[in-house]
Amino acid sequence: MNKIIELRGVSKSFDGETVLDNITLEIKDKEFVTLLGPSGCGKTTTLRLIGGFETADEGQIFFDGQEISDLPPYKRNVNTVFQKYALFPHLNVFENIAFGLRLAKVPNDEVTERVKEMLALVSLKGFEKKNVNLLSGGQQQRVAIARALINKPRVLLLDEPLGALDLKLRKDMQAELKKIQQATGITFIYVTHDQEEALSMSDTVVVMQNGKIQQIGTPTDIYNEPQNAFVADFIGESNILDGVMLSDRRVHFAGHVFECVDGGFSKNEPVDVVVRPEDVDVVLPENGMLRCTVTSVTFKGVHWEIIVDIDGFKWMIQTTDYVAPQAEIGLYIEPDAIHIMKKSEFSGQFGDYSTFSAEMDELSNPDIDETEEAAGSDES
Amino acid sequence: MKAKSFFSRAAAAPHIVWSVMFIVAPLLFVLYYALTDPNGAFTLSNIAALPEYGGTFFLSISLSLIATIICILIGYPMAYFISRAKPSRQPLLLMAALVPMWINLLIRTFSMMAILDDGGLINTLLGTNLHIVGTKGAVIFGMVYDFLPYMILPIYTVMSKMDKRVLEAASDLGCNHFEVLLRVVLPLTRSGIVSGVTMVFVPSISTFYISQKLGGGTFELLGDTIERQFANPDTYNVGAAISLVMMVLILLSMAIMNKFADEDAEGGMLP
Ligand SMILES: Nc1ncnc2c1ncn2[C@@H]1O[C@H](COP(=O)(O)OP(=O)(O)OP(=O)(O)O)[C@@H](O)[C@H]1O
Ligand SMILES: [Mg+2]
Repeated sequence: MNKIIELRGVSKSFDGETVLDNITLEIKDKEFVTLLGPSGCGKTTTLRLIGGFETADEGQIFFDGQEISDLPPYKRNVNTVFQKYALFPHLNVFENIAFGLRLAKVPNDEVTERVKEMLALVSLKGFEKKNVNLLSGGQQQRVAIARALINKPRVLLLDEPLGALDLKLRKDMQAELKKIQQATGITFIYVTHDQEEALSMSDTVVVMQNGKIQQIGTPTDIYNEPQNAFVADFIGESNILDGVMLSDRRVHFAGHVFECVDGGFSKNEPVDVVVRPEDVDVVLPENGMLRCTVTSVTFKGVHWEIIVDIDGFKWMIQTTDYVAPQAEIGLYIEPDAIHIMKKSEFSGQFGDYSTFSAEMDELSNPDIDETEEAAGSDES
Repeated sequence: MKAKSFFSRAAAAPHIVWSVMFIVAPLLFVLYYALTDPNGAFTLSNIAALPEYGGTFFLSISLSLIATIICILIGYPMAYFISRAKPSRQPLLLMAALVPMWINLLIRTFSMMAILDDGGLINTLLGTNLHIVGTKGAVIFGMVYDFLPYMILPIYTVMSKMDKRVLEAASDLGCNHFEVLLRVVLPLTRSGIVSGVTMVFVPSISTFYISQKLGGGTFELLGDTIERQFANPDTYNVGAAISLVMMVLILLSMAIMNKFADEDAEGGMLP
């Protein structure tokens, strides 16, 4: 597959503050690519550069091999589903969706037919005459998707298109969008800060933080082989420990030497060690590699989430068997459950659950998006 | 609950007192004078005499309409330009466009005379002998100059509240700059235009000072006629009748204009 979009060394700053720092990214034709990262990391800015709403300070953007860095949006074969829908308030649902076709002077009966098709696709049959201002968030979002898709662009940019939907509708729409993408063969560049969404929908995930790309890979790569502490922490839950690589396949952490499957580090190189909570087996204290005390237990439906203390470092462990608080347990970790990463700027910032509580989880919930207002207000 | 209703009534009092004293009472006076003769007896002769002033009505309405249209043509792009400028620069640009509003109308009109007069600035500078003051063009120019800020302000208000992403969406879907203006900006700012039209048209149609000074006394507009009638106790009642009809006309045109505005008119300055 050839690449349809390419960013080469793209940087962008606003008011002297660097928002994108030397981004290089290749996107293959017909691919479903997700830009994933916390609020404010530059996802929307990246999309806006591809859409033509911002121009890069440095670097170039290519579409199908042609440089498009200075092309205005209406000359790019790219359509956008905006973070906040941006429907035309003076037009009804039908005319909103028909907007692109009307501009292209498509004959009336073809417009009617294609809008009907689109409405069916996004499950909004019979909504033609509705006032878009009176639709629910989810319905508006689906109009926005239909309005962009109807133009059959080569590339569709979607900026958190499901952000406003409730969980159930969100899941349905995720499946729907994936289906649409596969059926139409349109390249999707999808922005989200929901890691589960990114993992379940994408062919390729691009993890961003601080205006830089932290990792590009398939969902399984990103999950199983995170490149640094930020990625490991952002995608799923991780216990991240300071360790020392004694030799290939032998690592020391938590006061113990473990067998692992990674190699290629220098002797005694300090490393970050990732152990996923679901990969730790709870065993009897005498059978464990590590011994610890349970400090808290939370029921999560499918499993129990327990926090244990090992020499002052709090681990999170997920287990299907109930363990009582204050119980003494043993932990057993398989070699392939241990993932070794090079030290990075993020080392030591993530992966310790000592401040963890249900309340903190709420507070750090990425759905509560406080930077959005700030980003929006300077445009008025 | 009692205290609350007392307060809400107290809060409404200034509005009620003001309306009765300065709006309702004067209106009743106008109505009374329009329908009576100088001795206070009921008569329809004032109304019957109105066709005599048909020409003046026509001239006033035409000049005001032309001035209003010119104000749209100048004011709309200005408002658009200001609203698209950098947010930090907008207040300054807006102020520059509105400054004339802060200067007394009489002074503005007077200085315009000095500029446009036969021996005025323009003729001196150009070395020409143009006769501008005393023409209808000069009066239209005066109206545009005096009332343009009232067109810019409401349009700018609506434009600055417009969601910029909607414009981006239009451009994303294939609109060039002109098409964005035509297909999105214009429909979304209709309520601002309607407000602006009202705020320019109404003072234009009732002005007397501009036409007296810049019209050079060669023709009369409604405002002049009314002023002349009221200056003479004998024609007081005819003046009232003309005022009454003018008011009805203004209200009618406002009602029609409001039909054009969006139901949920945002920047609307009208009730
Ligand atoms: N037009 C702008 N002017 C100034 N700063 C901006 C502008 N657009 C974005 N920024 C800043 O750039 C940074 C990145 O913004 P961006 O919108 O790309 O983040 P994001 O990853 O999309 O976040 P979110 O998940 O909250 O949408 C933020 O700090 C934001 O305040
Ligand atoms: Mg964003």
